[in-house]
Amino acid sequence: MNIVVCVKYVPDATADRQFKSDNTVDRVGVDGLLSELDEYAVEQALQVKEKRDGEEITVTALSVGPEKAVDAVRKALQMGADKGVHVLDDAIAGSDAAATSLVIAKAVEKVGPVDLVVFGMASTDAGMGVVPAMVAERLGLPQVTLASVVETQGNQVRIKRDGDAATEVIGGTLPLVLSVTDQSGEARYPSFKGIMAAKKKPLETFSVADLGIDAGQVGLAAAWTQVEATAARPPRTAGEIVKDEDGSGATALVEFLASKKFI
Amino acid sequence: MSEVLVVVDHVDGAVKKPTYELLTIAARLGEPSAVFIGSAAQGAQVAEAVKAYGAEKVYVVDDAQIKGYLVAPKAEVLQQLVAKTSPAAVLIQSSAEGKEIAARLSVKISSGLITDAVDVQAGGITTQSVFAGNFTVNAKATQGTPVITVKPNSAAPVEKAAAGAVEQFDAVISDAAKTAQIVASQPRQASGRPELTEAAVVVSGGRGTGGDFTSVEAFADSLGAAVGASRAAVDSGWKPHTFQVGQTGKTVSPQLYVAAGISGAIQHRAGMQTAKTIVAVNKDEEAPLFELVDFGVVGDLHAVLPAATAQIEARKG
Ligand SMILES: Cc1cc2nc3c(=O)[nH]c(=O)nc-3n(C[C@H](O)[C@H](O)[C@H](O)COP(=O)(O)OP(=O)(O)OC[C@H]3O[C@@H](n4cnc5c(N)ncnc54)[C@H](O)[C@@H]3O)c2cc1C
Ligand SMILES: Cc1cc2nc3c(=O)[nH]c(=O)nc-3n(C[C@H](O)[C@H](O)[C@H](O)COP(=O)(O)OP(=O)(O)OC[C@H]3O[C@@H](n4cnc5c(N)ncnc54)[C@H](O)[C@@H]3O)c2cc1C
Repeated sequence: MNIVVCVKYVPDATADRQFKSDNTVDRVGVDGLLSELDEYAVEQALQVKEKRDGEEITVTALSVGPEKAVDAVRKALQMGADKGVHVLDDAIAGSDAAATSLVIAKAVEKVGPVDLVVFGMASTDAGMGVVPAMVAERLGLPQVTLASVVETQGNQVRIKRDGDAATEVIGGTLPLVLSVTDQSGEARYPSFKGIMAAKKKPLETFSVADLGIDAGQVGLAAAWTQVEATAARPPRTAGEIVKDEDGSGATALVEFLASKKFI
Repeated sequence: MSEVLVVVDHVDGAVKKPTYELLTIAARLGEPSAVFIGSAAQGAQVAEAVKAYGAEKVYVVDDAQIKGYLVAPKAEVLQQLVAKTSPAAVLIQSSAEGKEIAARLSVKISSGLITDAVDVQAGGITTQSVFAGNFTVNAKATQGTPVITVKPNSAAPVEKAAAGAVEQFDAVISDAAKTAQIVASQPRQASGRPELTEAAVVVSGGRGTGGDFTSVEAFADSLGAAVGASRAAVDSGWKPHTFQVGQTGKTVSPQLYVAAGISGAIQHRAGMQTAKTIVAVNKDEEAPLFELVDFGVVGDLHAVLPAATAQIEARKG
């Protein structure tokens, strides 16, 4: 059984994230890391493997991104993934979600006949939450998304998820695309042993040509969407802050709300 | 004028407010057409509702065959409607489901996808609020039929009488689209309060409540507000996950957001930073949330909120 888990390398959310002059994200000048939400995906991929003890299962971690994105793959290998794939090509820079999903879909196909493609619920930079559905569409696979609980048995997959209107159990048959939320269970930390073992695990780098993609299909110029302008939000003007002394805080709060017509 | 397809968000034929917002936005781009995927018997009732907000046409798509499957069949329905109507754009609500339908549709029709727009102007120029609300981005689709998902509260719904001409649309759904299935579903219990993502006022509690949400809820009720929570409160089991506001919870964009006992981590701010007015009650004057507020009270929420609630009730008489 082949499991591919997709891991995105993103600028650290607690650092000062910036855009470049071409309105694409600065992925070099800012510290990056494996998107925290993809750690949950790696965890679930590993748990599927562990729970299916005795079966031959390979977990491949896949990232599409600049040179440093290999760090995301390495982290997944340290956590316990068996193999790594890094799609690295200058032509990819500035890709939109559509092109990203194309590269991921082609890379998944190159990994081999795949049974399960696991995603995080969203990246922590753009956070569109659409790549899993786009990859599923491109691969012609069903999707079971936003799982908080994942169970597999034979070729059946069942997930539980917390929708807006209902808590649902969704069923599907392998092969399929899965995405998991941060409710699915804490991700493990790489152990010292895991960190050492990761150094010996196979890690392949592919260009878009290796995936049979024409360079003109990806990157900023080929994007189906275009960012025309970016602007840092003007800092909020400092609000009024009062200390609550003998109930004065509540009175001041109510007066503020009344002055803004909320009461 | 080209049609603009608006996917109707509804619960059993009861149209939800974000649909009216989408219809209002659609009128800036062309002639609004509502797409209702649901029980055919409810088509007339839905048409009545949406024609008051500018829907010239209402495509009624009977979902008897596809109810219980996930988003793939709905994307096929829209693909076929796009082929039929060559619309200027397709507008869908930015819910988890809406974004996934949009994602599959955009690949099917090779068209640019923009998600989480907080505004759309004539010509399809969108505004997005990104990086936890620290940047505002203008974007547009450059290929195909723009597929745009729009966050709730992005426009004030404008009433505008229109024809609302009902047209049954029979889509052809492939077997491949029916492969992921809802096996069981437990509807959420109505709280009697407004829905979090649509509410004009939201009052949220965090770890600082210590697990006692009584004063947060009473204060919310005095303002007719929805109740939210931080992830710390949700992870502690004090509130279900559906209450969570933030990066991995709900994004809210209300007129007023009140955070009580919430420190203001970046992931929480990502879900509420676009609120028009922000208020915090926190006993730590160094709490990062105070950097965002229009008004802040440094104090114990269990003292401040009940006192404020009593005064508000007294004012109401
Ligand atoms: C601020 C901002 C706004 C943007 N707006 C748009 C827009 O409106 N329309 C548009 O088409 N593009 C947009 N983009 C570009 C788009 O986000 C990227 O192309 C991106 O790689 C795909 O979307 P996402 O990061 O939102 O992924 P999501 O759909 O949020 O990611 C879901 C999951 O997919 C996997 N994944 C995503 N990207 C990768 C990757 N490179 N390698 C491995 N796994 C991955 C991860 O498992 C991740 O958890 C925007 C980018 C930014 C930074
Ligand atoms: C990948 C990822 C995703 C995340 N997604 C989210 C998300 O969607 N939403 C979210 O909220 N968080 C999210 N988080 C968690 C986030 O980083 C914070 O841990 C969380 O928001 C903290 O919640 P809190 O403010 O309630 O708790 P704390 O940070 O512990 O703050 C509690 C506050 O209450 C104050 N306080 C204590 N007692 C009182 C009292 N009696 N009266 C008044 N004030 C009092 C304290 O001074 C303190 O400021 C995410 C984290 C990660 C890593």
